[in-house]
Amino acid sequence: MSNESYGRLIKDGLWSNNQALVALLGLCPLLAVTNSAVNGIGLGLATAAVLTLSNATVSLIRNWVRPEVRLPVFVIVIASFVTAVELSMNAWFHELYKILGIFIPLIVTNCAIIGRAEAFASKNTLGRSIVDGLAMGIGFTLVLATLGSLRELVGQGTLFDQADLMFGPAAAGLTMSVGAGYKGMLLAILPPGAFLGLGFLIALKNVIDQRQAAAAEKAPATEATAQPSAG
Amino acid sequence: MNRHPIVLAAIILTLFAVAGSGLVAFTYTQTADRIERNEREAVLRQLHALVPADSIDNDILTDTVTISAPELMGGEKTLVYLGRKGGQPVAAVFTPVVPNGYGGPIKLLVAVRTDGTLGGVRVISHHETPGLGDKVEERKSDWVYGFNGKSLQDPPLEKWKVKRDGGYFDQFTGATITPRSIVKAVKNTLIWYRDHGRSLFQAESGKGKGKEA
Repeated sequence: MSNESYGRLIKDGLWSNNQALVALLGLCPLLAVTNSAVNGIGLGLATAAVLTLSNATVSLIRNWVRPEVRLPVFVIVIASFVTAVELSMNAWFHELYKILGIFIPLIVTNCAIIGRAEAFASKNTLGRSIVDGLAMGIGFTLVLATLGSLRELVGQGTLFDQADLMFGPAAAGLTMSVGAGYKGMLLAILPPGAFLGLGFLIALKNVIDQRQAAAAEKAPATEATAQPSAG
Repeated sequence: MNRHPIVLAAIILTLFAVAGSGLVAFTYTQTADRIERNEREAVLRQLHALVPADSIDNDILTDTVTISAPELMGGEKTLVYLGRKGGQPVAAVFTPVVPNGYGGPIKLLVAVRTDGTLGGVRVISHHETPGLGDKVEERKSDWVYGFNGKSLQDPPLEKWKVKRDGGYFDQFTGATITPRSIVKAVKNTLIWYRDHGRSLFQAESGKGKGKEA
């Protein structure tokens, strides 16, 4: 496997086949927990960890799991990792665990994870599957973090509020505030704000892609930029 | 050997179920103590905010009674933490549930000192509207501190309402239902304490685990 193909995997995960912005998978947790940057990053990292572990495991077992039981096996693998991650978060990030609550166990139902297991890891080598899991996970985390930051900033006038829950007491100073006078725009924190915010992010990504495509057309085209999305 | 495919499939599935359970069991044994300690500390931190740690010398987490006062406390059973020093009662921390919040039940901690004044009130969990009703949370606004030191005499019983209803306590712009129901729940807790408070501390210190009053 050449370095180029690893680069391709990373670009796919972070941008061209981003699970949240392009594939539109895992929207339930994405919309529900992104009312602050810290919540978004917390759930994003937990999802990325599960995705990488499950991709690695599925890739290792891909040759001797019979096709007719492969989906139940994937589900067992994913559910086990999610439970392990949930227990670990409860032990080491107790406050954050309490805030994220039901959405940690619900990582099991994030279609992005079983989607990658089925569409990628079950057909690729261990190395490529791990890179794919990391890239997809980080891409998902970045969207959660961006959306969380936007909603927190507009809705509450702060950024990285409660950062100490995740990064320890030293990080309490990370919290930024727009100013005491800012009352916050409630809409951004409430569920409709999540849909609006995600819509803007998807639109922004599409605009950037179109600009790039237009620029590439003008210049002598060397590489196709359009990427079809996965289910 | 040519086993039926379904048998092979079942074997594979079983192996993975065992391996998965093994992983979960291993993680559980590694984290169980820590999780229990976290939960204890979280409760203890909240209790100590209402009943300062240096004002009591008993193990407040295990020195508890369960009372049954569904009309005043919301739930069928209500846990009460008892704080003592040198065997003398210091404060009782009630755990009433407000059934009629705007977004569902609201769980409270209400600390009542032996002289009938409030050590403080905290909201443990709620589903109120973010940005409006959630100002009852300690970290969103200092509204709950308004209960500190209050009693049924101060303000007088008929003033135990939000200002919109002609009472003493503030409501929030855009959210009256949440503060109204919490004020009522705190008042009810004080009423229960006035009528039955003396029975709480009768059992001997430290032996009260799970007893009923």
